Amino acid sequence: MSGRESSSQKSLRRYPGFRAVALMCLFLLYVPILVVAIYSFNDIRSITTWGGFSLKWYAKAFSNPQIQSATWNSLVIAVSAATIATCVATAAAMGMTRGRRFRGQGGVFAVISIPLMIPEIVTAVASLAFFLAIGFTLGLHTILIAHTVFCIPFAYLPIAARMQGIEKAFDEAAKDLYAGRWRAFRYVLLPMMTPAIISGYMLAFIISLDDFIITSLVAGPGSTTLPLAIYGLVRVGFSPEINAISTLLLLVSMIFVSASYLVSRIGRSN
Amino acid sequence: MDDNGGAFIVPVDVRIDRRGGKMSEQTSLRAPRLWNWHRIALFLPAMGLIGFFLIIPIGVIAIYSFLVPGVYGGVVWEFTTNAYRQFLFEQDLFTDEWAFNGAYLNIYGRSIGQAAVATIACLLVGFPTAYFIATRPPENRTIWLFLVTIPYWVNLLIRTLAVLFLLRDQGPINSFLMDWGVIEKPIRLAYTNFAIGFGLVYSYLPFMVLPIYASLERFDFSLMEAGYDLYAGRWTILRKVVLPVVAPGVVAGSLLVFIPSLGSFIAPDILGGGRNLMIGNLIALQFQGSRNWPFGSAAAMILLTLVLLALFFFARRQQGGLASSHG
Amino acid sequence: MSEGENEIAVHIGDVVKVYGSGDSAHTALHGINLDIRHNEFFTLLGPSGCGKTTLLRMIAGFESVTEGEISLYGQNLATSPPNRRPVNTVFQQYALFPHMTVAKNVAFGLKMKGHGEAETRARVDEMLRLVQLDRFAERRPSQLSGGQQQRVALARALAPSPKLLLLDEPLSALDLKLRQAMRLELKQIQRDAGITFIFVTHDQEEALTMSDRIAVMSEGALQQVGDSRDIYEAPVNRFVADFIGETNLPEVVIERYEGDHAVCRLGDGSELHCSVSEGAAAAGERGHLSIRPERLSFTAAGEEGSIRCVIDRTIYVGTDTQYAVHLGDGSELVVRVQNEAGEELPWSAGDEVGLRLATGAARLLSD
Repeated sequence: MSGRESSSQKSLRRYPGFRAVALMCLFLLYVPILVVAIYSFNDIRSITTWGGFSLKWYAKAFSNPQIQSATWNSLVIAVSAATIATCVATAAAMGMTRGRRFRGQGGVFAVISIPLMIPEIVTAVASLAFFLAIGFTLGLHTILIAHTVFCIPFAYLPIAARMQGIEKAFDEAAKDLYAGRWRAFRYVLLPMMTPAIISGYMLAFIISLDDFIITSLVAGPGSTTLPLAIYGLVRVGFSPEINAISTLLLLVSMIFVSASYLVSRIGRSN
Repeated sequence: MDDNGGAFIVPVDVRIDRRGGKMSEQTSLRAPRLWNWHRIALFLPAMGLIGFFLIIPIGVIAIYSFLVPGVYGGVVWEFTTNAYRQFLFEQDLFTDEWAFNGAYLNIYGRSIGQAAVATIACLLVGFPTAYFIATRPPENRTIWLFLVTIPYWVNLLIRTLAVLFLLRDQGPINSFLMDWGVIEKPIRLAYTNFAIGFGLVYSYLPFMVLPIYASLERFDFSLMEAGYDLYAGRWTILRKVVLPVVAPGVVAGSLLVFIPSLGSFIAPDILGGGRNLMIGNLIALQFQGSRNWPFGSAAAMILLTLVLLALFFFARRQQGGLASSHG
Repeated sequence: MSEGENEIAVHIGDVVKVYGSGDSAHTALHGINLDIRHNEFFTLLGPSGCGKTTLLRMIAGFESVTEGEISLYGQNLATSPPNRRPVNTVFQQYALFPHMTVAKNVAFGLKMKGHGEAETRARVDEMLRLVQLDRFAERRPSQLSGGQQQRVALARALAPSPKLLLLDEPLSALDLKLRQAMRLELKQIQRDAGITFIFVTHDQEEALTMSDRIAVMSEGALQQVGDSRDIYEAPVNRFVADFIGETNLPEVVIERYEGDHAVCRLGDGSELHCSVSEGAAAAGERGHLSIRPERLSFTAAGEEGSIRCVIDRTIYVGTDTQYAVHLGDGSELVVRVQNEAGEELPWSAGDEVGLRLATGAARLLSD
């Protein structure tokens, strides 16, 4: 990293208007969600005028039994899918990054990243067709399976990135000091990777919690998740209740992503 | 070169392609074969899950695309290429003759156009933003990157709804303009192609910024000084020095915007008001409403082919880029 | 078992290492034979890529042995994985576990070996006192300086009382002053601990100052094994002479052998008496001499027994002055003369002077 440069050197790198575009970019990214968040506290149903601060839409959303059950479904699926995906991804990252490169490694990586490369709508209809073809009835379990598969690369990438950063010397040092394969993993590698694993878990959790397209196709009747419930409400008409739930989901995502980011930073500085 | 800032959050990132470089010649602790079995056992669950519940399903719809649709959804096991023919031709109900029909082709064309426009718009906003971030002091870059990345993790459905909320006839933009007397009647913003485009840009803008930033981060800015030293002007340097070096990042970013835009479902569904169909909606419709699975499968296979072609050309570009520029 | 002064600690017999197979096979070590004595500070010295680290890693158990055997006090190591060998390693970048305190790092090997809590604690205290880090027991490695981390790595490796300690360029990450201080400390710790050390380095000064014996390696083969003096004074071949210290390597014609000496003719026709290393060419053939620059001195031109030369350049380097000279036939040599306090340089560029060799300064090398 270059340290302090003189201001004339720096100004040579500047382009007029780039700062304005960057600020506009942030503005563009945040204004819509901020507007939604602000209106979720509007006391009156109108979306054009401000009727004072109120939490009544939140209260209304919380007391809606459909939203309650959808929230519960979403949480159960997100926790389960993220847990399975993280375990599987951690094992895969171990296999991929510890030890020498092997023939077909690129192929294995390609398979793991397939869920990221294929358009989500294709994943969604393919899962639907497959579940029905093998005689599954649609329901929470089909959502869980589809989410788990879709979450694997999201958990894998941060974990593998961290694991690549752990030199094999740590592994060797543990073995040199009389730890067998399992104890070297348990006492040295795993603690060193914990931040990345938490980070991967949280990302997988968010991806599952937020997914709409795949869920909407593989969900059976009655197995509604939160995004599906919101979509259903929008079909009926725009209500401030939607703003309230959206704001809450928004908050959950931001908290999780920030936490995931902070944890992985801690892991790296260690 | 370790990633700083939020780049780790990006699902598909240019650094994926560089991972090979980091894996130095490593040596096993035991006999290679035994070790390999251990490793195979480690990544087998991930491979198995993705293989069984994603790769096989894609095989299934590939097969379905050559079958005859069932009356109430599903398929009849009879080979036909009608699903693909239906894209260009329409079969007359009574005479069974095929006549050209551009409606579906039109949807594909519109989707590609819509995605291309969104990509260009993202590039126009994303490149200066990435450049601006890359020229910040290191401690500020992290915050900027973080701010750019955060919206990506907010529920896509909610973000799209937020855009709809903003653009509606009774939404804040229109009411603001009317209150100030700029306009008398609301301008039609929602349920237009513009709204879809805006929604796509809004959805995928971080995908453009991050890879470009990643390549700019490794850019040696003293090259610019060398350019000035050799009498090049500001914009000449941008074109001749900066752009060639960060081209892989630009290509990666464009692809990361273009691919999901092409197959997008939520933006056209919500912001297009169900009238301005894109490929994603066409596919979903075949599995939900019209119940023509083979046609939906064929539409999905065509989309998949387009995406894989784009990725293939990207990979070729990337390899060429690696040889000519730096890693 | 008595472990007398000359007992063999490590026996390395015909060890070969081949990486890969078929067309891409690459031989990293070509049949190494080496016996390392009990309680010896033994150094593997060579440029990077010479195979010294590979050999060390084979002794540690991180690399498999393609052919040959490695045994420790008579016990074959081939079948035991690294965690079953009574051998510990100090890694190049230390590889201290970042999530553990200094004390936990040092305790790790003892715990894994199954030592009790009290015993472990006592041994950790003892080790930390040995490396003078007892005040830092509860710190994390990242809170320590490079030199302190280095000593933690040493304490961690010594704590389980290994029969053999391997050190893989442990000083290379330190700055010069600290490196010099650590050399003495390492040597002292080795004597106190009474453990055989195998030390890998590419730094010849490090090797010369610390080692009881040195093995010079190049291109996967041993070039010479001996103590510091042997290696410096009596290099067996051009590689060793060139790699260790600075030397002149003029080409000569071997006139004749006289007992254990040889008479060689330099390019300008002057004849020199020189000692002979094993495997040197026969009389009448060409060969190379090694003449250390500090074993040359100047005298007046034309003096009896001196070689006529002209000074091209002088470079003042503090303790001494380097002179680049050429002989009558144009061949070049470097001469180092110790500086005396307050004295002007007695010779300068362009001077014609006589060159005199100290006795035994010239050595005929094998190629």
